[in-house]
Amino acid sequence: MLTNILTKEDTHKQLFTMGHTGCSGCAQSMAVKLIMEVLGKNTIATSATGCLEVFSTKFPESSWNIPWIHSLFENSAAVASGIEAALQITGKKEGVTVLSQAGDGGTADIGLQALSGMFERGHDVLYVCYDNGAYMNTGYQRSGLTPYDSFTTTSPSGKISFGNNRPKKYMPEIAMAHKIPYTAVASTGYPIDLQKKVKKTLSIKGPKYLQIDVPCVPGWKYEPRYSVKIAQLAVQSGLYPLFEAEYGKVVSVKKISKRVPVEEYLKLQGRFKHLFKNEAGKAEIEKIQKIADENIEQFGLL
Amino acid sequence: MKKVLEGSMAISDSIRMAEPKVISAYPITPQTHIVEHLSQMVADGDLKAEYVMVESEHSAASVVLGASACGVRTYTATAAQGLLYMEEVIYNIAGMRLPVVLTVANRAVSAPISIWNDMQDSMALRDSGAIQLVAENNQEAYDMHIQAYKIAENPNVMLPVMVCVDGFVLTHTFEVVETIDHIEKVREYLPPLNMEYTLDINNPFSFGTVGEPSVYIETRFRLSNAINNSKSVIVDAANDYREMFGKYEGALIDPYKMDDADTVIVAMGSVLGTIKDVVDELRESGKKIGVLKIRSFRPFPADEITDALKNIKNAIIIEKAVSLGKGGILSCEIRDALYQHRINSVNVNGYIMGLGGRDITPKNIYDLIIKAEKQEDVDGEFYGLNNELLNKVF
Amino acid sequence: MLLRLRTIILKERKLDFKLGIIARPGSALSNKTGSFRSEIPVFKLDKCTGCDLCIYYCPEGVVFGDKKTKTYSFDEDYCKGCGICAEECPVDDIDMLLVEK
Repeated sequence: MLTNILTKEDTHKQLFTMGHTGCSGCAQSMAVKLIMEVLGKNTIATSATGCLEVFSTKFPESSWNIPWIHSLFENSAAVASGIEAALQITGKKEGVTVLSQAGDGGTADIGLQALSGMFERGHDVLYVCYDNGAYMNTGYQRSGLTPYDSFTTTSPSGKISFGNNRPKKYMPEIAMAHKIPYTAVASTGYPIDLQKKVKKTLSIKGPKYLQIDVPCVPGWKYEPRYSVKIAQLAVQSGLYPLFEAEYGKVVSVKKISKRVPVEEYLKLQGRFKHLFKNEAGKAEIEKIQKIADENIEQFGLL
Repeated sequence: MKKVLEGSMAISDSIRMAEPKVISAYPITPQTHIVEHLSQMVADGDLKAEYVMVESEHSAASVVLGASACGVRTYTATAAQGLLYMEEVIYNIAGMRLPVVLTVANRAVSAPISIWNDMQDSMALRDSGAIQLVAENNQEAYDMHIQAYKIAENPNVMLPVMVCVDGFVLTHTFEVVETIDHIEKVREYLPPLNMEYTLDINNPFSFGTVGEPSVYIETRFRLSNAINNSKSVIVDAANDYREMFGKYEGALIDPYKMDDADTVIVAMGSVLGTIKDVVDELRESGKKIGVLKIRSFRPFPADEITDALKNIKNAIIIEKAVSLGKGGILSCEIRDALYQHRINSVNVNGYIMGLGGRDITPKNIYDLIIKAEKQEDVDGEFYGLNNELLNKVF
Repeated sequence: MLLRLRTIILKERKLDFKLGIIARPGSALSNKTGSFRSEIPVFKLDKCTGCDLCIYYCPEGVVFGDKKTKTYSFDEDYCKGCGICAEECPVDDIDMLLVEK
C-alpha cells in the first residue's frame, strides 16, 4: 500500500470509507478504495447514477471524505467538465484532481456523448469507467460492454440463445481515437498495476481515461471470495488486456505471466454456465477463445 | 445609456454585467445570437469567463450544474428541443438547489418542426422547480436577467431561474434599450455569489445523495416551500432594481390601465405590446378595458392575480401554449386561482393563439373583446385558425 | 367579496438546507456493515510474510496491520465476510469461520 494502514483508526481515515452498502466482495468498492488512496484528498469527484453512487451516499450517510457530486446517469463527464472550468477560472485548479466516474453503461452507452465531449474539449479530468459488463444496479441487464455469450436479464440464454450475441464494445479504443494524452486499462486483480496507472495520471494534464475490470458478485454469479481470482483469470486468459496508450498509441502492455484457456475464467461464473451444458456450448467457448487469441495477438500479450 | 439593441444583444450585455464565471451552451435557433455575443465578449476579454462549448444541451446544463456546485455564477441559454433535452438536468439543478440562470428563447416544439415563437417549450418545464420569469420587451429582458441572479442567489431561494424571452420577436428585433453604464452599480445590486455549501476540498460534502422514501417527500416539500417563498424575493428584486436603476416593469404581475376596467386581457411576453396598443385605442373611445401582465409564471402569483381580477366582468386570457388533452395552461391556472378564492363572478375566456409563430393581430384582439362581452366561459379554444387550410386535401 | 387569502406559505426559519441532498463527509461510518456477513476471517499469523495483499484486496478497507511485525487484523464492525483475504493469502494464513447466528 502507498500509505500505512497500521491500526483500526487508520482504516477509518480512508478517503472512501467503510460503512457503505456495497455487496460483500464488491470489486468496484475495492477499485474506488485503491484509486482514492493514490489521488489523495485534493480531489473533487463526480459519480454517475449507478451502484457506486447508490451504495456510497444513502442520505444522510456518505462514504466520501472528499467533495463529491452525483447528478444524473449520463452526465458525469459533463459535470466534471463544469467543475474543472470553475476551478480554472477561479485559479483553484492547481494541485486539484477532478475525477469523473461511471459504470460501463454510464460510460459507453448513455454517457458516451458527454464523455466524448469532455475528451474533445481537453478538460483536465481523470475519467474512470468501472466495467462490470452490464447494468448491475438495475438488476443485471445487458450493456454495450457485456461480453459475448454472457447471460444477463435482458440477454438471457435460452433454448435458442447463448445469451448476449454481440461482442463487447471496445471502449478504450474509442477513447484512444480522441487522441487524449492517456488511456489505460486496469483490473482489480492487479492492484499494484492499477495504482501505478492512477499515479501516472497525476502527472498528465488533459483528459485521461482509465477503464477497470470490476467483477460483480451477484451479476456474474460467483462466490464473493473469487472477486480477485476471476479478475486475474480475465487478464491471464487474454479476455481483458491491460495496457497503456498515449495520444492514441499503445505504449505498454501487461504481459500474460501464466496463460490460461478461457474455460478456466468462464467456468467460475454463473453468467456463463449455459456454455457448459452441451456440445453447442463447447463451440461457443471456442469462439470466446478466439476473441482472447485475437486480443493476445493484437496487443502482443505473450 | 440608451442604445438600439437587438434583444439577444441586450441579454448578452446584461449577462456581461452580471459577470458569470462559467457559461456553457449549445447552439439552437433562436438562442444563437445570445451565445454568439457572449462568446465574442469572452474572446475579446470583455467578460472574464470560461465559455464551455459543449456537444449538447444536456451537457450544457450539466456543465453549469457542476460549476455552480463549485460556488461560481453560471449561465446557459437554449430553446425548444434544446430545453426539452435539458429538462432532466433542470429538474436536477432545482432539486440540488443550485442558482443557475438560463435564458429560454421561446420557440415552438416539434412536430412539425418549427423555429418560430410560442411558449410550449418553457411550459413543459413548469413543474421542474425552476423559477420562470417572462419578459415583455428588450428593456425588460435586459433588466430581468440581472434581477434573475439576485433572486436565484438569495439564500432562502437557491433555485434556477429561467428567463423566458420570445424567440425572434424579441431575440432578433432591435429596440431602444437603456443599459447600465457602471458595472460597479450592478456589483452593488448583485453582490458576489456566496453559497453555504460548495464542492470544496477543505470542506468536503457529498452532493446529490440517494433520497429513500423516508426522506424524499420532505426534501420535495422543502423545495416547494423555497419556490413559493421566492415570491417576496422577486418583489424585492424588482423594487430594489427600481430604486437603484430607475426601471420597473412589474414584479410578479403588472396591471396596466386596470382601474375601473370591466374587461381585462391577461397574457405573458411580447404579445403584451400588441395588446396594450389595442387597449390604448379602446380606452380613448371610452371602453373600460385593461391588461394584466403575468411576469412570474413560476412561482404562480395566484393570490395577486385573484386580487387584480376579482372585481372585473370579463377576463380574456391569451396564451401561446397548450396542454394537449386539457386545453389552456395559463387559463386553467387562473380559473383555479379564482375558484380557490370562491370568485365566480368573472367570465373567463381562455384562448390558444399564436402557436408556431402565427401573428396575433390587433384585429384578433378586438374580435376577442367583442366576443367576450357576448359569451360565457371559454376554456382553451384555438383562435385564429385558417379554416380553408383545415378543409383542404393535401 | 372577501378574499380568503391562502396562508399555506410556510415560513422556514433556520432549517437544515442539506435535507435529502447533501451529506457530511465520511458519515457512512455510522453504518456498521458487519451484520452483512455469514463468515468471519481468522488471521492465524503463523506463516504470514507481511505481503500486505489482504489490505490491498479488502473491498471494504477494514484490514490493517504492520508489514514489519507481520501482524494483521480487521475491523469486525464493518467486515462483510467476503473471504477474498482468505482466498488470496499466498501462504494460506487466513481462515474463514462460519458465523453462528
